[in-house]
Amino acid sequence: MAKSSEARKEGEKLPAPTRMTVTLHVNGAAKKLNLAPWTTLLDALRIHIGLTGTKKGCDHGQCGACTVLVDGRRINSCLTLAVMKDGAQITTIEGLAKDGTLHPVQQAFIDHDAFQCGYCTPGQICSAVGLIGEARAHSAEEIRELMSGNICRCGAYPNIVAAIEQAMSRKPASRPKAEHE
Amino acid sequence: MNNFEFTRATDVADAVRQIAADPGATFVAGGTNLIDLIKEGVTKPSRLIDITRLQLNHVEDTSDGGLRIGALVPNSDLAYHPEIDKRYPLLASAILAGASPQLRNMATTGGNLLQRTRCFYFYDTTTPCNKREPGNGCSAIDGLNRMHAILGASEHCIATHPSDMCVALAALEARVLAAGRDGERSIAFADFHRLPGDTPHIDTNLNKDEIITAVELPPNGFAKNYSYLKIRDRLSYAFALVSVAAALEIENGVIRQARLALGGVAHKPWRDRRAEAQLSGTPATRESFMGAAQTLLSDARGFGHNDFKIELARRAIVRALSQAASATPQSQIEKRVR
Repeated sequence: MAKSSEARKEGEKLPAPTRMTVTLHVNGAAKKLNLAPWTTLLDALRIHIGLTGTKKGCDHGQCGACTVLVDGRRINSCLTLAVMKDGAQITTIEGLAKDGTLHPVQQAFIDHDAFQCGYCTPGQICSAVGLIGEARAHSAEEIRELMSGNICRCGAYPNIVAAIEQAMSRKPASRPKAEHE
Repeated sequence: MNNFEFTRATDVADAVRQIAADPGATFVAGGTNLIDLIKEGVTKPSRLIDITRLQLNHVEDTSDGGLRIGALVPNSDLAYHPEIDKRYPLLASAILAGASPQLRNMATTGGNLLQRTRCFYFYDTTTPCNKREPGNGCSAIDGLNRMHAILGASEHCIATHPSDMCVALAALEARVLAAGRDGERSIAFADFHRLPGDTPHIDTNLNKDEIITAVELPPNGFAKNYSYLKIRDRLSYAFALVSVAAALEIENGVIRQARLALGGVAHKPWRDRRAEAQLSGTPATRESFMGAAQTLLSDARGFGHNDFKIELARRAIVRALSQAASATPQSQIEKRVR
């Protein structure tokens, strides 16, 4: 809730970087961190915990590459302060596979070749897991609209939608043959 | 990001006490706009007061038959709330027209009201902007102003308010509840946001030491004849060029009551009571809708790149009122405009 008119005056001393203790439950493991309050959840995950699967794309909430699940809800981790998520359960792309088996959404992305460069993929997959949990999408059209917070500059959208349809229908993962095969 | 101190508020009284004690402090809830503004150096708070643990996340009936929405109810929860879906579908539709699912999961009801313009000069700290730094000029008036205001602008600022949700709240005559050191007060939605005038740095009439606690909806949700039509450069995840919230009460083909508010065209959600009054008592026909659009846009003025918005707004008003009259509201999934 911004009120910029009361901004700090030019030349005024910045507050000392008071660190705060935060516990994030990341992919089931408690991580106790000592963070400056302006550390975003994205930077906490990538820099302080070393989980670099979550990507920094625009860093302004405009691309969705940083999407993670916080207490089961998909959010943009670049616009979230880590200190505000003290005690929260956080799931990143690294936490989706279980016992060596890929999450159905991960498998579906492979089955449908739902990426090219792969940079947006962790965010796309976490967003899709959130979408399926929300249970608001029942058609390809609804998937497209409710995945619109994840930009893919390679343009893999048709295959992303197909992958999510597969994961939603829980059809057994089978790789469709490409035309040249 | 600039350094800031970080504290948590335990309840509303504590939040008010903390904000009053530090003139450079600001509240943070969803953070979807504020964190970005801090990253860009547009807003430089000395302290963020985290209010996310306050108990303001309920949707409850009011004694007069309306609904009270807690300030911390996330946009997505509100849009999908069964009572909003059933009784206030115009509001649900407007919320779902905005942002992305991730942002709607984070953004709160109170925060949505307080989001700031997306004018690119406001964000670009290398250019003059009266909203960012009062008195140093407006870069948009003679600059790139395709996204800017056509109504209610001033020589000091032609920025627009970016919210979709607020356009529906304006049409529905919501009220904003705010708590301060002197207790709680209720603000009519039309009086909440401001026109730029010569103080474009002040977006709202909320006092510095006040906190939004809730938004109240009156009983009439216009659930039968409504539409939220949003026109933008791409079909999803973009701010409005023009949006229209239209709500009608129709009896035997005659309009008994009309509500008409526009987004993307002014410094605040633009509701026009003259146009509404003109519709009242007339047949729900295209001719009536054209007349209302004419009235609403009679003082509209473009600044060059955004001249097209005047004609776009005229057509969007007529289309949204037609959609409302025929009880075929604009789908926020299938974007074809019918």
